[in-house]
Amino acid sequence: MSTTEMPTGAPDFDLERGAMRHLADAQINVELDTGDMILNLGPQHPATHGTLRLVVRLDGERVLAADPVIGYMHRGYEKLTEFRTYPQITTLINRIDWLSSFANEVPFVHAAEQLMGIEAPPRAQYIRTILTELSRISTFILFLGEMGLQVGALTPAFYGFRDREHVLNLIEGVTGGRFHPNFNRIGGLKDDLPWGWVSETRSVMKLMLDSCDQFEDLVAGNEIFHKRTKGIGVIPGEIGAAYGVSGSNLRASGVDWDLRRDGRPYLAYPDLDFKVWTHTDGDSFARYWVRLQETRESVRMVLQLLDGLPAGPVMAKVPRIIKVPEGESWVEVENPLGQMGYYVISKGATGPFRVKIRSASFSNVSILPWLLRGVYVPDVVTILASLYFILGDIDR
Amino acid sequence: MPDDAPEPTDAAAEASDAPAAAEVSDAPADAAEPEPDPVHVELLARLNRALPDAVIEHADALGELVVRVRNDAWGPLAAVCRSDLECDFLSFVAGIDWSPAPKEGGDDASGDTSSPVQPTEMTFGAAGSAGRFQVFAHVQSTLRHWGVTFKVDVDEAQPLVASWVSVYPGADWHERETWEMYGVRFDGHPSLRQLYLPAGFEGHPLRKDFPLLARVVKPWPGLVDVEPMPEEPSADEPVAAAIGASASEAEPSSERPMESEGGGE
Repeated sequence: MSTTEMPTGAPDFDLERGAMRHLADAQINVELDTGDMILNLGPQHPATHGTLRLVVRLDGERVLAADPVIGYMHRGYEKLTEFRTYPQITTLINRIDWLSSFANEVPFVHAAEQLMGIEAPPRAQYIRTILTELSRISTFILFLGEMGLQVGALTPAFYGFRDREHVLNLIEGVTGGRFHPNFNRIGGLKDDLPWGWVSETRSVMKLMLDSCDQFEDLVAGNEIFHKRTKGIGVIPGEIGAAYGVSGSNLRASGVDWDLRRDGRPYLAYPDLDFKVWTHTDGDSFARYWVRLQETRESVRMVLQLLDGLPAGPVMAKVPRIIKVPEGESWVEVENPLGQMGYYVISKGATGPFRVKIRSASFSNVSILPWLLRGVYVPDVVTILASLYFILGDIDR
Repeated sequence: MPDDAPEPTDAAAEASDAPAAAEVSDAPADAAEPEPDPVHVELLARLNRALPDAVIEHADALGELVVRVRNDAWGPLAAVCRSDLECDFLSFVAGIDWSPAPKEGGDDASGDTSSPVQPTEMTFGAAGSAGRFQVFAHVQSTLRHWGVTFKVDVDEAQPLVASWVSVYPGADWHERETWEMYGVRFDGHPSLRQLYLPAGFEGHPLRKDFPLLARVVKPWPGLVDVEPMPEEPSADEPVAAAIGASASEAEPSSERPMESEGGGE
């Protein structure tokens, strides 16, 4: 379709052939020129974990406007929480972000504990922190591999699934569930760590560091990967924040904000020594890079936590029937995908009166109409992949 | 735990039209609190400076500042949040329906005795409310690491409040969700249409008088086991009602012991 080969400076003998070619190009251009085109991306697409439909209006290969259509997986959790008791709700909220289910449970249980005025014992707090960080590692390791898939490199995806399995085995070893642990109880945890788990975890953490190095060589160091991600999908920090984009996506835009360090102290994070990674570029590559560093940081945090694991019970004294006193509680935490918060309103019953679930992916994806304007269709896929969202976390 | 002390409006409050909280004093309400969080004091001072007599009431909900503002101040509040309060990050916008659920322990909901019993009278949470519907939003600062929850009363018959989209573009989806779930319209929103629900959906599912349809269509599975025996003379009754009756006999209280273990290991 290119008209750059017009025979302007061509020698005479080629003039006729050049003119013919130009005519043929013009013919093709007329045939292909259909004005704007509306294209449905999805609902099923490999770059989306779940069913997201993206209606894009195209001019050639360029996106003029994009409108995400969500709700294909809307399960109405905010309504359902009004019909469940507090211990039952942890089963539901496991399914919001299904890749890091354990991390979903923590803020809700925290909110209920705050309202009841009880606190989980230190050992429970440490184990919760370990499992939250393990969720983060498993979520990010999958991302690190799967992001390669979106730019056409098939191999890293298999490495991602392979290495994540080690972490899922650890989580399963403690909780009995690979994806939906439902291990938190109001006031602590269901159980203590199994025998031998700590040493097993240490060896797996070493594996994860190797895995990160591998992804750094294989994906982050790849020239094609750079070409596909650098300068693509740039989110300026203040625009991202106004859209509510959070977590690694916002830190990749240079906003130095991590609720584990900057929020109200929760779990064992105040005891930990860790670095908050940021990147100034705000593009797809920066988001990949920040998650890569955060995976390593999480490994370091887990090792610190294993070293400092206190002894003692894992369950506080709680009444047999959980009745939460009247009040309101807002708990926000740094989940793998970003800020997750629960605004729990209780009226003194066995179940909450209203729960507002603030999930990270919902806001992360709401920037898409702004972000996709003017990008090329192949970049849509890499941008979607680099934002890293879970549809259950959008649709709730 | 609503803090009943009305927030003192600015000392130089111009008495144009008397606000709902007619008490205009200097600053004694803060002294009534045990020890006000210095961050809350700072935020309220900034808020009162930028928007005099917008604040109706404020409360400390377990360390979280909850501020209730007048409905007509909701629009300008967004810009004040971003500039004066330095809250550059929009966490969420959502709605609350304070009316009690129309059923009591599920007597009314197809034999659903499983859901928790809520109080039957209308009570309001932190910072109070003037009526049934409220919109609340949480903003925070990525720089100063503070956050505020704002609440605003909306009229029950004509639920309307200003949109925040022009200041926080992320409010777009949150307001669409609030509109479809609670029926609150947002003045100034560019395209208020369904977000989760199919277009043309009738009703507002998160309102308390909207039944949980799954339980209406099919009784709670936990109750299936208590179906009446075939010889019982209840064949002409609807199954759901029979199940409900037998279930409520079998289980007068919905407070069933959950699996929470008392005491540590």
